[in-house]
Amino acid sequence: MISTVAQQLWCVAALLATTVLAIATSRSRRSTAVVYGATFAISGIALAAALHALIAHTNATELMLPVGLPWLGSHFRLDALAAFFLAVVNLGGAAASLYGLGYGSHETTPHRVLPFFPAFLAGMNLVVLADDAFTYLLCWEFMSLASWALVMAHHREADNARAGYVYLVMASFGTLALLLAFGLLSGAGGSYSFAAMRGIRHTPSEAALVLALMLLGAGSKAGLVPLHVWLPLAHPAAPSHVSALMSGVMTKVAVYGFIRVVFDLLGPPSWSAGVVVLILGGVTAVMGILYALMEKDLKRLLAYSTIENIGVIFASLGLALAFQANGYGLAAALAFTAALFHVLNHSFFKSLLFFGAGAVLTSTGEGDMEKLGGLIHRMPLTSFVFLVGCVAISALPPFNGFVSEWLMFQAVLQSPDLPQWMLKIMVPAVGALLALAAALAAACFVKAFGITFLGRARSPAAEAAGEVDRYCLAAMFGLAALCFLAGILPGLVIDALSPVAMAVIGHRMPVQASDAWLSIVPIEESRSSYNGLLVFIFITAAASLAVYFIHRFASRAIRRGPAWGCGFADPAPAAQYSGVSFVQPIRRVFGTLIFQAREHVDMPPPGDLRPARLRIDMHDPVWEQLYSPVTETVWFFADRLNQLQFLTIRRYLSLVFATLVTLLLALAIWS
Amino acid sequence: MVVISDILVQLGQMTLVLLLAPLLTGVVRKMKARLLRRKGPSILQPYRDLLRLLRKEVVLADNASWLFRVTPYITFAAIWVAAALVPTFATGLEFSWSADLIAIVALLGSARFFLALAGMDVGTSFGGIGSSREVMIAALAEPAMLLMVFCVALIAGSTQLSTVATFMASSEVGLRVSLGMAMIALIMVALAENARIPIDNPATHLELTMVHEAMILEYSGRHLAMIEFGAFLKLQLYVSLIICVFFPWQITTEGAGPLSYLVSAAAYILKLVIASFLLAVFETATAKVRVFRVPEFLGAALMLGLLGTLLRFVSRGF
Repeated sequence: MISTVAQQLWCVAALLATTVLAIATSRSRRSTAVVYGATFAISGIALAAALHALIAHTNATELMLPVGLPWLGSHFRLDALAAFFLAVVNLGGAAASLYGLGYGSHETTPHRVLPFFPAFLAGMNLVVLADDAFTYLLCWEFMSLASWALVMAHHREADNARAGYVYLVMASFGTLALLLAFGLLSGAGGSYSFAAMRGIRHTPSEAALVLALMLLGAGSKAGLVPLHVWLPLAHPAAPSHVSALMSGVMTKVAVYGFIRVVFDLLGPPSWSAGVVVLILGGVTAVMGILYALMEKDLKRLLAYSTIENIGVIFASLGLALAFQANGYGLAAALAFTAALFHVLNHSFFKSLLFFGAGAVLTSTGEGDMEKLGGLIHRMPLTSFVFLVGCVAISALPPFNGFVSEWLMFQAVLQSPDLPQWMLKIMVPAVGALLALAAALAAACFVKAFGITFLGRARSPAAEAAGEVDRYCLAAMFGLAALCFLAGILPGLVIDALSPVAMAVIGHRMPVQASDAWLSIVPIEESRSSYNGLLVFIFITAAASLAVYFIHRFASRAIRRGPAWGCGFADPAPAAQYSGVSFVQPIRRVFGTLIFQAREHVDMPPPGDLRPARLRIDMHDPVWEQLYSPVTETVWFFADRLNQLQFLTIRRYLSLVFATLVTLLLALAIWS
Repeated sequence: MVVISDILVQLGQMTLVLLLAPLLTGVVRKMKARLLRRKGPSILQPYRDLLRLLRKEVVLADNASWLFRVTPYITFAAIWVAAALVPTFATGLEFSWSADLIAIVALLGSARFFLALAGMDVGTSFGGIGSSREVMIAALAEPAMLLMVFCVALIAGSTQLSTVATFMASSEVGLRVSLGMAMIALIMVALAENARIPIDNPATHLELTMVHEAMILEYSGRHLAMIEFGAFLKLQLYVSLIICVFFPWQITTEGAGPLSYLVSAAAYILKLVIASFLLAVFETATAKVRVFRVPEFLGAALMLGLLGTLLRFVSRGF
């Protein structure tokens, strides 16, 4: 029997072998099926192994491979936290592979996708398994580069090149921050292994610096505002199953990195760390969903909604830190479990929604929602699962998104006991932000589903759409079923997460499986409880009862007729509400402040036959206030330095001479 | 025996809300009419409306999808389940633990989510304008409602509505500033959620000003009956919620005799009448505001909820 970590490493080796195979055969017609089939099988095995390690409470196992730095080697370790995130990674991997079996056949340039797909999966697995700083950073870069190559798969489209560029810059910046964080963590002794780092005590200022660097490093990969700018560019640029992996899974690997360092390696947290993470999370959640609401492109809308969900996860983690710092173990376990539950949920429904967006894209060739519409008639199955995903992500019962939001609100309600004033004020404020984000998310997904799938077709492409193939449908239905199951049986998920909470926080939520009717009780029954199964049964029973009585006793007649247009029928589909007009009230309420949204109506004078036009000006505050000044400064200095490139040989020689003299002078003064 | 009686109480409340809901709307309409010196329709008119709608055939728009046809049942079921979880005259609801106040808010959210989608299904401008405004109102009303829930839950130490009502009925509550703020916030949210004046006018059929009515403009026959019934239930739910959280006097707590059930049922009906009178007076005395004044109204509710919650965080005394 090989150890659990070795099982996972074998799976990674198999994924890397698939990469080699894909490079060798990428131009053959069969290779799409072979590669995705192989990654599906390998991810499935890795998922089973990770779930077994998580549920069977196996002890942490370690392994050292003699590769990497000669005096260090590569350390790998599988504990409960890693097992949970491996399960998330490989579940997403298996679903994306299954989807890829169908979706990949539409790929115009498979040789740009196939080799990097297994490599990307392997990279994400390795990050979670790594147990020393060097291996961690190496695998992190490997993951980033593989995903960058996938973003650049369709590099001839102008936007994609820019997306890839921004992604590369932000990823390098993030890795730099991680490098510095690990440098601080390794202490004076310079020990790279995580086991040694755990033993080192840090001064409060060191710990604060590590936290800040982790928020920059892991936060930029996860998409915390204001480091999110690359995410809505890069995630949608990749092929849809890769977008699903990047949004649903890779952001979770970043969350893993944050948890590993801040909760595990850094030692006991301070409450101020909790405040910072909490506020960042709350702001990220609201900003992310507001961006999503303003978006016209379906995949970019989903990418922005990922930012919102990352904000929710980080806010829960911030709460957990605050509780942990004050010694409220049970409450910390509750907040932490809520965060992990949301990690799991988000990987389910975000992958599902990206798959749905990919299905729309293959079937219509349109990603712009304003050119879609009416797809519910032509893609009934896709629209059904997409609807499930929308309901789940909008945190509506009885689906899974609601459960994690509910757990988080329960954790917020635990916090008046916290002694610090800062927390007393910030926790309810962030609670309000999260409630606002949840409500706006529902509005956002009413728009996403309503504009894309309902109404009348807004373009000939949407008119001619058809259902996608059965692999894509199988992947989407599988994830939709998981959304539903996690929603009605949340107790089982919470119990499965308890070893992780136990390992990281030192406490766990009460055992849920023994509660009557499979309800979940975070603290005690008189305080709060929720039963997704019963809520589902009640809704089904009430709806069936209503249907039965109505069809038994009332009229069953149906007549089809044209829609009522108040006597002024509008035959053109363009007269329907569009996405831009749908969010107009919300844009006026929130957008005027945050995005400085202004509407300009260009109304021609009477007699002039040109059409009236509505123009909307919006400004991205983060990009304009933060990134533009930075890029302008960089350009300014680059321009100045550029002049050094065109000097005569005499000037170069004098420059070399001057540098030499300066250095020698410095040396002389120094010593 | 206890379980059976509990289930009976639960079923009794479920049927009671179903039977009383149209009556409540009828009473409010009658009172409003009398305040305007009109005679007004009979208080039984909502029942007659429902029966009439049920007998009529459904006229479906040509491109209405299956979602359009199932939405009335889904919204009705979600609102009914939510309403069944709110204690009316007795607190010991058998299934109260299966969903707490946050879940009730979310159930109403589910109902609205589907209704807003159905408004966009046919692809007319009216449905779109209604859905678009409805989600804007909801995006502000829902957080305000949740903050109100936080505030109440922090005072009662529970989000379980039965526990909250039992606690509020006990003598240890007293007058609290935060509770007052939560109550005003809840009333403001209730006005918005039920499409009442000053947010929306339930009686209007002037397309450009309506929100809820525009969203359901395409519905007819039994589908419309279900949606109307859902709206009646929602009004009943909010009134019951306000009563059971802030005015739970005479509510029967667990282990009381059959007589006390009768007393509390009578008290509940009296409270409903008072509430509908107050609603009618308020609606007659105010005018509907412009759509873009609604955020200010609901923003005030949000701030009140937040302030109430903050006060609870700052000190247990408030």
